[in-house]
Amino acid sequence: MGIIKTKNLVYNYIKRDEEEKIEEVSEAVKNVSLDIKEGEFVAVLGHNGSGKSTLAKHMNALLLPTEGTIWIGGKDSLEEDNLWDIRQTAGMVFQNPDNQIIASVVEEDVGFGPENIGVPTDEIWKRVDECLKAVGMSAYRTHSPNRLSGGQKQRVAIAGVMAMEPKCIVLDEPTAMLDPNGRREVIRTVMELNEKKGITVILITHYMEEVIHADRIIVMDEGEIVMEGAPEEIFSRVEELKKYRLDVPQVTELAYELRKKGVPMRPCILTVEEFVTEIMDTYRKHSE
Amino acid sequence: MMRDITLGQYYPVQSPVHKLDPRTKLFGTLVLIAALFAADNLFCYILAAVFLFGTIRLSRVPVKHIVKGLKPVIFLLLFSVVFNLFLTSGEVLVQFWVFKITREGLSRSGMMAVRLIFLVMGTSLLTFTTTPNQLTDGLERSLRFLKVVRVPVHEIAMMMSIALRFIPILVEETDKIMKAQMARGADFESGGLIKKAKAMIPLLVPLFISAFRRASDLAMAMEARCYHGGEGRTKMKPLRYAAGDRAAYLVLLGFLLCIILLKIFL
Amino acid sequence: MAIILEHVEYKYSEGTPMETDALHDVNLEIQDGEFIGLIGHTGSGKSTLIQHLNGLMRATSGDIRYNGSSIYAEGFSMKELRSKVGLVFQYPEHQLFEVDVFTDVCFGPKNQGLSKEETEERAKEALSLVGIGESYYKKSPFELSGGEKRRVAIAGVLAMKPEVLILDEPTAGLDPKGRDEILGQVVRLHREQGMTVILVSHSMEDVAKYVDRIMVMNHGELVFNDMPKAVFAHYKELEQMGLAAPQVTYIAHALKDAGFPMKTDVITVEEAEEAILCTLGKEREK
Repeated sequence: MGIIKTKNLVYNYIKRDEEEKIEEVSEAVKNVSLDIKEGEFVAVLGHNGSGKSTLAKHMNALLLPTEGTIWIGGKDSLEEDNLWDIRQTAGMVFQNPDNQIIASVVEEDVGFGPENIGVPTDEIWKRVDECLKAVGMSAYRTHSPNRLSGGQKQRVAIAGVMAMEPKCIVLDEPTAMLDPNGRREVIRTVMELNEKKGITVILITHYMEEVIHADRIIVMDEGEIVMEGAPEEIFSRVEELKKYRLDVPQVTELAYELRKKGVPMRPCILTVEEFVTEIMDTYRKHSE
Repeated sequence: MMRDITLGQYYPVQSPVHKLDPRTKLFGTLVLIAALFAADNLFCYILAAVFLFGTIRLSRVPVKHIVKGLKPVIFLLLFSVVFNLFLTSGEVLVQFWVFKITREGLSRSGMMAVRLIFLVMGTSLLTFTTTPNQLTDGLERSLRFLKVVRVPVHEIAMMMSIALRFIPILVEETDKIMKAQMARGADFESGGLIKKAKAMIPLLVPLFISAFRRASDLAMAMEARCYHGGEGRTKMKPLRYAAGDRAAYLVLLGFLLCIILLKIFL
Repeated sequence: MAIILEHVEYKYSEGTPMETDALHDVNLEIQDGEFIGLIGHTGSGKSTLIQHLNGLMRATSGDIRYNGSSIYAEGFSMKELRSKVGLVFQYPEHQLFEVDVFTDVCFGPKNQGLSKEETEERAKEALSLVGIGESYYKKSPFELSGGEKRRVAIAGVLAMKPEVLILDEPTAGLDPKGRDEILGQVVRLHREQGMTVILVSHSMEDVAKYVDRIMVMNHGELVFNDMPKAVFAHYKELEQMGLAAPQVTYIAHALKDAGFPMKTDVITVEEAEEAILCTLGKEREK
């Protein structure tokens, strides 16, 4: 079993009227089964309301399945005794950088998680030092979070989760409110954690350029998994992605359009380098 | 605008006073308040002045900076001085129409003014030398005994520190919403009291909604990081008394003793 | 009719060390019916600049003229300026406050002192401009989806019938679907209503696709003010300012460097496609 595994997971949002009678039931997640291996970098794509955030909140036991099961580190989230173990196994970073920083000083915020789980003082300091270093925020440790940029705040939030030494980190649209520089900062940090520390990463986003280095991409629509595979595979299905109202990077789109016009190209181009190699091959063949 | 509020803000310099445990400083402030209220003769005031200005000197916070903090209480100060000056009976010094100034009135209003000024200076020195977080930590530890009577001391302290973190964010947000509504033609300045109060609705409703949204987000983020109240919690920065604190306690007790002696024998 | 800025300076008062947003000697002109993109990294002064255009912030020195008259002249009505120059802030849905969508959109025209009939007329018109149908009128704004809320908020500004519409990152935080919807509406407003639009954006791809002219702010100064192609030709300087060119511009440069003869001033996927096909076609003919 992988670090996170779901079986036929269903989650219904239930809206009740004033008299607690059920007014409306909407299925946010429908029958999702997936298995995420330790050390994997999985990206979950989908537009707003596709159920991706709801799914993410199950991984931290912030939401519990209506039907089906989810195991985090082998532990069933429906069993109440597992709650704190699950939250230590899978840390969570949210969208709004302002609304997840608790303390007024950067280092104290990073120490908040370890404090909650009763880590001894010396060990907290060690972890805070390490985690701030890992996200490149050591220079700001005594600053107030209010004076940081959006990207910096998200890195502090990531350090705060890392300080609990989770095996897995779930990021729920961590870049949606950031500018392009902030987005790059955050994604670079996350990728480093995945590569250097072997942390399992589940990145939820709607920016396609952030997921080209993922090991696996999952596309969700209307609460279901509609596409799943390696980036090369997913990005070669441009028409399908557009159907789910997702964007492809310009380079992929350009390659796709050229291929449609009869220019010989591999079906999936994700980077400018790949694109240039492909075009130059054709060009040389033409000029020979 | 609202960003310029300076009352009671931390003044970041290194000093022996800054280094003291917040509990020591809380106790010190209490001692000063007690001394000022007990003081009833000139010598007591002189001693209090020596103590206060000595501490200010040690704290490296410029006196000017502390005096600036008196501005918000100037009205209160004037009011109590005038009140005491004219309404104390005794030996009349000056008289015009129904007003008379008495010797007792003069000395009482003088003492009242000094007392108030020292009080404000002393308490603002506490906030100038102690970060809000240290202060809440100190309060939490000092008031721990209240847990016995079921006062949720930890929760109150946590609420205070979260409030302190979010005040600047909400101030900024108020500014933003105000501007956005002004761009839609809202007018926050003109009109009478009722019109002005009504004009606040487009500002207050979005502000409350945003505050609630932030609160619910924050609660979720705290839960995700295993927050479950004060039970079984360790501290990253536990409070520990050092040599400086022991010395400070001695000085404080000495000061208190002197005040009492002066009060009894003079 | 135009907005003209002459030597506009803005200095923040002392004691706010966190603020880098200020303006230094900004000179520019915005003509009627233009579609302008305003770019610059966070803190470059672009938010400060747009707040000057409708008088929410006041320049410390310099002059701003709207249709020929100085907005700082005595007797100039700031309230009227604000209804002529509509400003949609970032995350505009955060200012919604009324019980239902329709009443909220009425707020602007009501403040302008219009009659009830006229106010409602304006609100209906504005809502239809952003594609919000009548079935939504009585809904609470807080029940809507993120994209819908934002469109209602934009309608709230449109209902004042501005001549100039300034949008500060109207697509921030939206998914691609919501983003396309909003940008589509803005383009339509520009084309069909002839509205002057200033779009503040972080997406170079969007800016390249839609605008006639780009203004680039950096450290409070207006550093570029030109057609998109001309601005993106400076992609190396843009990078130093924490900005970039659209990805296709980089592709064109990379191809050219690799020895593929093509023009490098392409800024949209269509242009790049055409240029590459053109070169390949010529080769084949040989």
